[in-house]
Amino acid sequence: MNNADIAWMLVSTALVLLMTPALAFFYGGLVRSKNALNTMMMSFVALGPVAVVWALLGYSLAFAPGNAVVGSLNYAGLRGVGLEAQGAIPHLLFMCFQGTFAIITPALISGAVVERMRFNAYLAFITLWVLVVYAPVAHWVWGGGFLASMGALDFAGGAVVHVNAASAALVAALVVGPRKDYGRHAILPHNVPFAMLGAGLLWFGWFGFNAGSALSAGTTAALAFANTLLAPAAGYISPASAIAMGAIGAFPSYFALIYRAKTKLDDSLDVVAAHGLVGGHPGQVLTQMASVVIVLAYSGGMTFVLLKVLSLVMPLRIGDRHEGLGLDVTDHGEEAYTHGDGAILVKPKQSAIAHAAVDVVAVQDGGQL
Amino acid sequence: MKLIVAIVRPEKLSDVLEALFHADVRGLTISRVQGHGGEIEHVENYRGTSVKMALAEKVRIEIGVSNHFVQPTVDIILSAARTGEVGDGKIMVLPIEKIYRIRTGESDQDAVTPVPPVE
Repeated sequence: MNNADIAWMLVSTALVLLMTPALAFFYGGLVRSKNALNTMMMSFVALGPVAVVWALLGYSLAFAPGNAVVGSLNYAGLRGVGLEAQGAIPHLLFMCFQGTFAIITPALISGAVVERMRFNAYLAFITLWVLVVYAPVAHWVWGGGFLASMGALDFAGGAVVHVNAASAALVAALVVGPRKDYGRHAILPHNVPFAMLGAGLLWFGWFGFNAGSALSAGTTAALAFANTLLAPAAGYISPASAIAMGAIGAFPSYFALIYRAKTKLDDSLDVVAAHGLVGGHPGQVLTQMASVVIVLAYSGGMTFVLLKVLSLVMPLRIGDRHEGLGLDVTDHGEEAYTHGDGAILVKPKQSAIAHAAVDVVAVQDGGQL
Repeated sequence: MKLIVAIVRPEKLSDVLEALFHADVRGLTISRVQGHGGEIEHVENYRGTSVKMALAEKVRIEIGVSNHFVQPTVDIILSAARTGEVGDGKIMVLPIEKIYRIRTGESDQDAVTPVPPVE
């Protein structure tokens, strides 16, 4: 190990971590103001439970030596994950770097179900999804699983992150169902500058995502860096090809988005168009296509099963009336843009009363409980 | 001539506007307002402080209409703005002394007749 590699990977890990709050701004700007806080939290919250289950179990299922399908429990609870070398960097740092990918992937899915999925159900879903879907898929491609043996290349998560998230997003949008206003009323973004801020920060974080995926500070990182600047391609192709791929890759995304808007599919923030229809590695098209199809099928199928099982335990979406009010109020009891007019302070000892249904008294008595 | 003032839920505004435009009621003004209509306040929490939100977001629609448009307009709002829950809002019908259309100087009945779309 040398310090240059370690230094670059420390920075890369922090850069990828930034992408999750960046995604919160990107998604948050694209929804209506009554759901802004909820939507931002759907991204942001992945930093909590997902990071914890990743350390406890997910990392082991993905990267501990195991069979072709899933890793063993050797690294569960980060047992044996210390400062020894894993490639060019300390094992612990490798685990953190991979953790930032595991965090942003379920956050990406949220874009397909914003403005109507219950926050609790969403939390349960992403926590399970990381263990049941993300960890095995990461194992297949990066952890010595069967896709790696087939020779499938995934430099920086084309299959593990993007295809995986897009497939789950498509299924989640179908299972949760469209927003009640979808296709009936215009649903406009409430803060386009937020979306641009998020997009800018995502691009910035992407240098860690792609160039960091070299897992060292060498020339491959520099190549991936240049390609990230030119197009969302990474470490396997030349910069000139990256320009071409960026130009070509944007078309299916754009047309998928235009087409989706004409359908009943309420993939609210176009996760499928953005992540499912770009990328691809010329030169070994067949192997890549096979791995994409396998990841698509597994992710979609398991997402369906997970959501159906969850729906037996808890409702997946909020009721129509709450959907009208917005999830900021109904699921968080906090609004993104509160003005404070008419807010009556509830004194601590009375807060239990305040939740009861007889609060109209407060107004009749001039605001005093 | 009457001035119809309706207070409706913000999430019902699109439905109301669509229904009004469909019935050729095209001259109106809206404003974002806050009010209390007897509904149960929701409790919110900010940094450890609990507050009851006594004022709910509403939209006020103001429409000046000629006499034979009054009842249809009221009926449209009644059906389009209704959810059946407390807090659906109110419709008030007020007398108007004079109305002028600024562009033409027309007054009263002439001032509130729908304008044919300009090519």
